[in-house]
Amino acid sequence: MRIGVVTFPGSLDDGDAARAARIAGAESVRLWHGDADLHGVDAVVLPGGFSYGDYLRCGAIARFAPVMESIIDAARGGLPVLGICNGFQVLCEAHLLPGALTRNQHLHFRNRDQWLRVEATNTAWTNRFTAGQEILIPVKNGEGCFVADQKTLDGLEAEGRVIARYIRGNPNGSQRDIAGITNEAGNVVGIMPHPEHAVEALTGPSLDGLGFFTSVLQALAGASADGQLAGGQQR
Amino acid sequence: MTTQPETAASTGAETSRGVPNQPPAAAAGPTNKPSGFAATDVLVNEFEDGPDTVQRAEATPDELQPHADLGLKDDEYERIRQILGRRPTASELAMYSIMWSEHCSYKSSKVHLRQFGEKVPANTRMLAGIGENAGVVQISEKLAVTFKVESHNHPSYVEPYQGAATGVGGIVRDILAMGARPVAVMDPLRFGAADHPDTARVLPGVVAGIGGYGNCLGLPNIGGEIVFDPCYQGNPLVNALSIGVLPVERLQKKEATGVGNVVVLLGARTGRDGIGGVSVLASATFDEEAEQRRPSVQVGDPFMEKLLIESCLELYDAGLVSGIQDLGGAGLTCALTETAAAAGTGMRVWLERVPLREPSMSPTEILASESQERMLLIVTPENLKAVLDVAEKWGVWATAIGEVTAAETDGTPGRLLITWNDHVVVDVPPGSLADDGPVYSRPLREPGDLILLQADRAETLPRPSTGDELRATVLRMIASPNLCDKTWVTEQYDRYVLGNTVLAQPEDAGVLRIDEETGLGVALSVDGNGRFARLDPYEGARLALAEAYRNVAVTGAEPVAVTDCLNFGSPEDPAVMWQFAEAVRGLADGCQQLGTPVTGGNVSFYNQTGAAAIHPTPVVGVLGIFDDVTRRIPMGFPPPAKAGGDLLFLLGETRQELSGSEWAWVTHEHLGGRPPKVDLAAEQALAALMARASKSGLVSAAHDLSDGGLSQVLVESCLRREVGAKVTFPEDGTSPFVYLFSESAGRALVAVPRGHDKAFTALAAEFGVPCTAIGTTSEEAALDVRDQFTIPLAELREAWSATMHDLFSGSAETGRSVTLELTDPKKPGGPIGS
Repeated sequence: MRIGVVTFPGSLDDGDAARAARIAGAESVRLWHGDADLHGVDAVVLPGGFSYGDYLRCGAIARFAPVMESIIDAARGGLPVLGICNGFQVLCEAHLLPGALTRNQHLHFRNRDQWLRVEATNTAWTNRFTAGQEILIPVKNGEGCFVADQKTLDGLEAEGRVIARYIRGNPNGSQRDIAGITNEAGNVVGIMPHPEHAVEALTGPSLDGLGFFTSVLQALAGASADGQLAGGQQR
Repeated sequence: MTTQPETAASTGAETSRGVPNQPPAAAAGPTNKPSGFAATDVLVNEFEDGPDTVQRAEATPDELQPHADLGLKDDEYERIRQILGRRPTASELAMYSIMWSEHCSYKSSKVHLRQFGEKVPANTRMLAGIGENAGVVQISEKLAVTFKVESHNHPSYVEPYQGAATGVGGIVRDILAMGARPVAVMDPLRFGAADHPDTARVLPGVVAGIGGYGNCLGLPNIGGEIVFDPCYQGNPLVNALSIGVLPVERLQKKEATGVGNVVVLLGARTGRDGIGGVSVLASATFDEEAEQRRPSVQVGDPFMEKLLIESCLELYDAGLVSGIQDLGGAGLTCALTETAAAAGTGMRVWLERVPLREPSMSPTEILASESQERMLLIVTPENLKAVLDVAEKWGVWATAIGEVTAAETDGTPGRLLITWNDHVVVDVPPGSLADDGPVYSRPLREPGDLILLQADRAETLPRPSTGDELRATVLRMIASPNLCDKTWVTEQYDRYVLGNTVLAQPEDAGVLRIDEETGLGVALSVDGNGRFARLDPYEGARLALAEAYRNVAVTGAEPVAVTDCLNFGSPEDPAVMWQFAEAVRGLADGCQQLGTPVTGGNVSFYNQTGAAAIHPTPVVGVLGIFDDVTRRIPMGFPPPAKAGGDLLFLLGETRQELSGSEWAWVTHEHLGGRPPKVDLAAEQALAALMARASKSGLVSAAHDLSDGGLSQVLVESCLRREVGAKVTFPEDGTSPFVYLFSESAGRALVAVPRGHDKAFTALAAEFGVPCTAIGTTSEEAALDVRDQFTIPLAELREAWSATMHDLFSGSAETGRSVTLELTDPKKPGGPIGS
């Protein structure tokens, strides 16, 4: 399986995402923001960082990069896409996911090892977790406070599209402690904490992040098996 | 986005970008002198009909020039006239004032810094040393690391956010200029009294600036220091360290070699920010007008620097760069003169080609600007196109602004010839700016109050004796600003990015994995103790070295090299100069004995407001190497594997040494006496023991003893992973109080799993390191000192964690005005009485 990792100007965790994909057993393929060709990858990760310096608004410029045009089309067609931190912000700006990520309530950048509870396991990126599983993943952001209108929030809850919540403390003031969400099809996931930083005992607080990458491999295997597009619906 | 000049040799009047580069000189700068543009506003409008040129200088030899306003002494000005055989032009005068400033020329420190070279220990690792942008140390057959610590003190006081941010940006470009990919940063910070209102203005801004810049660059922040002392009230110390990695063969040079080669300016456009930074801000004592110096502080754009890093690395790997120099303090002036002087060549520069943010900038301003995120490249004409293409790919400006010219026919170095729209504004021998600056042997005098200060020993102060008093003292100490939990600061920094951070603050040293295949890694620690140095600058410098060395050693790494940032008051004060000379002598001697060469660093003078100098504060960074980083030793006690937990051993000798200690300061506001004894042979023995113990896997946790003594170490090692400890001090005449709060050097606390204790104690004996069994880790969540006190971990954490939050939460966004308050001369730790 080939997982593409996009590099925008200002992407920072692209190398880490690629490493995580390799550790999970995938082949990692680097995608360049200016190149609309997805080089036949089976899934895409939009990594953390400060694409375009976070100028104008986090993710607002990256969303218009040539590579994003292709990713938006492919995602609507079922391509598994994971947006981490800045990648989550890009997905919201691209309207592949609802809501927005705003300045942390306490106004500081915050980097800490954060406990999460996995809420939804029927997505392309969380199917290897068990519902209610508690995982430890680093969070590090200045604008990670998830906000949306009540209707949208209620919708996300009702459809089980909140994939993970902050527990034992909310690091940024996100509404309803939301750490990550998915789209209706379950192939597009955005998460604020950084799974790619929890894949090695030597450098991470846990190995819990690996589950996101092994999940997509399982989803892809399942998809190729029954000829379906990758995504959560078939489970 | 890339400007494409016709050819390097053509006098390009306008670039293809179409930005007007030929402003009428009358439009250059406001007519009235604004506060701040000290380095240039004096000059800009002197001639309504154009800039001051060489021709004009020759025609008007007696023209009065404001050299004093630019910080040049009369005799220095005379020397410039001798060198040029005429009066300097306005631009030349500005360039000399910058390059001959204390900050750039090291004119007061040179005579002392020579010792680092004279006393350099034999070593085979150093590939580049003092005089380069940063020292380079080979760590394997293929790989080298480069690291350096630098100061950005005055800018960070004037404008905390931008001052601290550009401090990070500047040191990272030094690392980049050596051919390395920057992989981490560290920040030793010193502020005034924690509860002083101005500290609430400076600290949150500095921390936000370091985080804002470093996080956006994608560099993990793996350590540093946060120290509070009234002596830094008017002069916070914001030092920044960066480390980078390079394949040995990618090492870059700054020499502008190859006649006909093209001089390319890469990166951000040049603006009016930072003008006079080095000459005005960094090389003068502060006064009440400090606030008006804001325009002398540079403004950072970390996104541009990130692009600059990626484009430079791509250029290196493609072999397109013949020479490179970063632009930081002194901007183009420094980069042009140093690259040319280093090669002995000349240089021809067309100043109007420099991309500007502000078209009305005068040639003098363009030369003096300290705009950030710029690099100067020397490339062959054949490679120019390829270089511009790489810059284009990353969306970075790249402009050919000049070319390398030949040395004189008689073999003497070439000249630096700079025109601005066909006006010859500069024609100088580059070496006269870069190398032949003034050198002073300034008078030295021991501070008048030192004898009295040293006689006032802390060992005679009243001490806690009962268990309850000791318990209360432990809680008071861990809640004090210098010893409390610094998470409020460090969680504003990204420590995970790049995925190679093995250990980061609050650990003793930052540890990085360098090679994923082999497990090759490095450890870095940076330490200083201004109080010890105030009591004895020679020993204080050796103590700072010993602590950084020990911090690296306790993780299991082998310490190999040193960088230093020497923060002092005004060199024009003989007492300060004496402190400096003593500290340099101490550091040079120490490095010679430990076999760890000083690879580079930085001197920061004039750290004083009015008459009040800061404590002499030599900050020392030590680099260590791991053949296999997976054997690193963390500081936290591991959750007990077996019943009864791991055994705790105190390594080294505990003496009755309390002078200059945190205990004396926190409980008595006392500073006096002599600092702890330094025994570098003992430090080496401890380091050798820890390296061997790490290789044999005998130790589960280790923590260096320094500020706050054993009490602090026990608390930190317990709280790190919520594991308690039961401590029993031996009946050897040393009181529990001394065991807990003495700051004797050369010590560490280690946890040894049961079953390994015999092997470990035997090893300690083999290396001649005193090894005292003082208890065990325990399942009980409490720190228990037998017959003295018990403190639940929850109570320890509450006391330890609350302080920073209570002091600074919420203050980050409240813009407070500068309130200068000199430290009270009568207080201990006040200014030198001389």
